[in-house]
Amino acid sequence: MQIKPILSALRRHKAGTFLIALQIALTLAIVCNALFIIHQRVAHLSEPTGIDEPNLFVIQNEWVGTPGTDRVDAMIREDLQVLRQLPGVQDVTTSNSYPLRGGGWDDGIKLKPDQLQDTSGATIYFADEHFIDTLGLKLIAGRNFRADEIGHMDMRYKLAPPTVVVTKALADKLFPAGDAVGKTIYLIGGPTTIVGEVELLQAQSVERWASDFAYRSVIIPERLSMTLGSFYIVRTRPGQQEAVMRAAGKALFAHNPRRVINDEDGVLSFHDVRSRAYESDRGIAILMGVISVVLLAVTAAGIVGLTSFWVGQRRRQIGVRRALGATRRDILKYFMTENLLISCAGVLAGTVLAIAMNLWMVTRFEMHRLSLAYLIGGVVILLLLGQGAVFAPALRASRVPPVEATRSV
Amino acid sequence: MFTYYLDLAMRSLRRNTMLTALMVLAIALGIGASMTTLTVLHVLSGDPLPGASGTLFYPRIDPRDMDAYEEGKDPPYQVTWIDGMNMLHAKRADRQALMTGGSVPVQPAQSSVDPFYSDARYTSSDFFPMFRVPFLYGRPWSVEEDDAKARVVVISRKLNEKLFGGKDSTGQTLRMKDTAFRVIGVLDEWRPNPHFYDIDTGRYAASEDVFVPLTTSRDIRLEHDGSTDCWGTGGGDEDHAETQPCVWLQFWVQLDSAAKVAAYKEYLVHYSQEQHDLGRFMRAPNVQLPGLMEWLDINKVVPGDVRLQTWLAFGFLLVCLVNTIGLMLAKFLRRAGELGVRRALGASKREVFMQLLIESGVIGLAGGLGGLLLAFAGLWLVRRQPSDYASLAHLDLAMLLTTFVLAIGSTLLAGLLPAWRACQITPALQLKSQ
Repeated sequence: MQIKPILSALRRHKAGTFLIALQIALTLAIVCNALFIIHQRVAHLSEPTGIDEPNLFVIQNEWVGTPGTDRVDAMIREDLQVLRQLPGVQDVTTSNSYPLRGGGWDDGIKLKPDQLQDTSGATIYFADEHFIDTLGLKLIAGRNFRADEIGHMDMRYKLAPPTVVVTKALADKLFPAGDAVGKTIYLIGGPTTIVGEVELLQAQSVERWASDFAYRSVIIPERLSMTLGSFYIVRTRPGQQEAVMRAAGKALFAHNPRRVINDEDGVLSFHDVRSRAYESDRGIAILMGVISVVLLAVTAAGIVGLTSFWVGQRRRQIGVRRALGATRRDILKYFMTENLLISCAGVLAGTVLAIAMNLWMVTRFEMHRLSLAYLIGGVVILLLLGQGAVFAPALRASRVPPVEATRSV
Repeated sequence: MFTYYLDLAMRSLRRNTMLTALMVLAIALGIGASMTTLTVLHVLSGDPLPGASGTLFYPRIDPRDMDAYEEGKDPPYQVTWIDGMNMLHAKRADRQALMTGGSVPVQPAQSSVDPFYSDARYTSSDFFPMFRVPFLYGRPWSVEEDDAKARVVVISRKLNEKLFGGKDSTGQTLRMKDTAFRVIGVLDEWRPNPHFYDIDTGRYAASEDVFVPLTTSRDIRLEHDGSTDCWGTGGGDEDHAETQPCVWLQFWVQLDSAAKVAAYKEYLVHYSQEQHDLGRFMRAPNVQLPGLMEWLDINKVVPGDVRLQTWLAFGFLLVCLVNTIGLMLAKFLRRAGELGVRRALGASKREVFMQLLIESGVIGLAGGLGGLLLAFAGLWLVRRQPSDYASLAHLDLAMLLTTFVLAIGSTLLAGLLPAWRACQITPALQLKSQ
């Protein structure tokens, strides 16, 4: 195929050529970045929590009136007993929070008492001796809390438990040698000893501000006994979740009616917790997907429209070429090559634009650098799209009969 | 002449429906996407108190110790009880209010309504006139009631409807946390967006249902919500929140002139210096006095995702416009013969140009109408999302006008190049080739 005659023909259609190339460049830049954003969001929302999600649900219980801390603690223990006796329940625990909840208690961990900067941030989970089993966490070193170690405290007390269990991520950060169990660390209220290490437990927030300590959690052997209330986390036997969720609220009210459990979100399955936590990530991913598809369709439609116009304009030339012996294949190849040349110019400019756009987003929206795979993928998609879009008009051009050469218009 | 060109435009558009539909659809998609996102951005970055926001300021001082001190770092986002009360009682501003958020258990008198928790605001008396809060019944509490830790409460219209069936409930009793409060005021509909005075308890949250004097809330230990940031020996001890080295309150002032703003800033420096000399503050005076809108900016109240979407939508509109330019170019140039005849019959370049521009204007109008429908559909989808700002996403009159200006303006701009190219046709050549 001769490229030179195509180029000289294109020189006569500067505006049209430029517009198609520009459109391909812009589409490439947007689609590449959109696909990259989708990838990041999807990767984010499939991060594991480390807990037995399918069988867990959460009850948010608030107390009415002003019972004291000791009274609240007694009521919490009664409630846990009530829940444990329900059919289908495997285990129950109470905490101030749970993974993916959105917010809660975060604190700085220090290795020495007089240290100025924290060694690491960490999510604080309050727990009793059932916490690790209920959530389905895997203990990889040390031991679980004993029942007699579990205290109870109000928000007003200092956070200074004698022992804690930490996640592997936090242990590795604090003690890279891998010998965290038995070591002393400093919470805001004072020193404490690490007695156990669990493999994986996600933080309560998946927002960007919490990403520095995403899997660094500390489990505190205390029941948080505030009048404001706390959470009951229930693990059911497989397949029984719905039945237990319905029965749980009723059983609690039957035992003690002086409480508030919200109708809308007082009882939440972990399935719902997860979909709420990642709402915006999923929304953005879907939006980017829709925009990419529509954008590709618009670009394809534009190529079809302009090429059709060129074919119509050049019917006579095509006829002449056919009369001079060009086969239908030659004509088809001519238009396909023409489009390939324009597309190549477009994707070249588009690559530069895509990288520029990504760099701008890195500074403005805390994005990551665009990976090369997405750029190559985008280039291939757009070249194929161009060839696909030009095929129908090119086919029509190839059907122009040689006799067209003799027509006046 | 205009109507004649309009008529020509309509005929021309009807002649090639596929191409016309393609152009209109491209514009509609671009406009629909950008208007949906622009409306959300417009709603979210709006002024919560038009007319009053220019006089409201959020004083920031730095009461922390030398731990983790870095030169030039911003002061904390909130104030301690001691500093808040000092500044409140100093009365150096035209108005000032100290507040925090919370949650109170409401125990209705009627046995038919179960007890429930309600979002509350504990604040001082200037809150209401300062933020132009509208009253349906009754009045706000006074400074004397603040000082006396009075058991009075102002409730929202929504709560008044729930508990008292919407009747004037001033003088009635409301039980909260086993304490009887006297209702002295009922608010009218009030929902400033964003929830500017306390961004921590929900950026676009509805305003609270229960308003109690701050002093009263401390007196009976109503639970407080929102972040508490402590340093040194502070531990968020609720019983001694008044003396703990923790920031947990928001303090707002109203300053009616630029001179007062400058004077207030000086007062803050002076106050910090004085506290430093007394040994309470460890750091050198570090004060800021951002205005309301500036404060929203500092807090990046508009979610980054929304900005990202808006940029993306405008990129999308740009591609749609480039597409339309290409299609229009093809369409106009195809009519070279017709335009040649018109030129030969005496139409000037200018007139042909006008005619073609009007044609693109018509495409823009049609695209704008389509885009409006798509924007309505898009906003409906946004409202079905559970984020706290979702319910606010409505198209107002300004946005409606913007839609058409954007649609027609951008299409006219897109039509410039094709129309100009079409004008360059030499009449004689066209006639000859016929």
